Amino acid sequence: MEEKSDFLTALAARFPGAVVETSSPLGDMALVIRPESLFEIAAELKNGPGDFATLLDLTCVDFPDRPERFEMVYHFFSLSGLRKLRVKLGLPGPDPTVASLTPLWKNADWMEREVYDLFGVKFAGHPYLRRLFMNEEFVGHPLRKDYPFRKRQPVIPMRTP
Amino acid sequence: MGMNPFQAPWFTTTLNSMLGWGRKYSIFHYPYVTACCGMEYMSAACAHFDIDRFGAGWTRFTPRQSDLLLVVGTICQKQAPILRTVYEQMCEPKYVIAFGACAVSGGIYDNYAVVQGIDRIIPVDVFIPGCPPRPEMVLDSLVKLQLKIKKQDQDWRWKKKATS
Repeated sequence: MEEKSDFLTALAARFPGAVVETSSPLGDMALVIRPESLFEIAAELKNGPGDFATLLDLTCVDFPDRPERFEMVYHFFSLSGLRKLRVKLGLPGPDPTVASLTPLWKNADWMEREVYDLFGVKFAGHPYLRRLFMNEEFVGHPLRKDYPFRKRQPVIPMRTP
Repeated sequence: MGMNPFQAPWFTTTLNSMLGWGRKYSIFHYPYVTACCGMEYMSAACAHFDIDRFGAGWTRFTPRQSDLLLVVGTICQKQAPILRTVYEQMCEPKYVIAFGACAVSGGIYDNYAVVQGIDRIIPVDVFIPGCPPRPEMVLDSLVKLQLKIKKQDQDWRWKKKATS
């Protein structure tokens, strides 16, 4: 536990102003950062002493009541140190944009496309930001809380049974 | 006087029942498997439950050679045009079985992505509920479909010519 909090304080000292909050709930390290410093912190996590070689997951949560409506969550894993790190950042509701991690981790490609598809978060620097699950003609982003629950957008006209 | 024997009632009814008997025991099915119900389909189709005992042993992996479309699993909105194309490729007479809760009604997936029952896309003859249905239910539905095929008014090649 000591080692983990040392790592987090060292990281926070390295990026002054970028790290909002550090904690290690239930043994896993967690970090809340400013959205504009995501890419440099992620590059430091991958290439620095932490050696977080794996991007386990990348997802988003919608909190409609918060001023920073979308919360991006990144899960990193260090294969050499067997450590997990969770990085969160808040994005504003009107035009949520964050840097893409595709240059660092190839698997960020589809995960960012998924988040773009379902939440409408844009990733600056993504090579091919297109819908992943829904069809191209789909209007809106279905996992946003303000997407109507019963709204259907059929690809072909539905017949009456 | 000079009546066409193909128009005679005894001939049409006899041919109708003969064709019904033959067709109900020679179902070639096409499994359109998209989800976990496929496991139950495999169990029903293979040696454990053996759908071949009911005359539907031939699985044809092309819709053009099959009579029965088994829609096994969840159909998404994005999948709907593909399923309709597969159905339209099949030759008459053709039958459809909706296999499992998702194909019947969308199942637990009452959301933006899933078609709420494949009868919104194609006509369905027999619905099998269950998540997933037991193989016995699959065999039971096949027997029900056979009854339907046997009872229905059969179509054959010279029928329209003979009756018009």
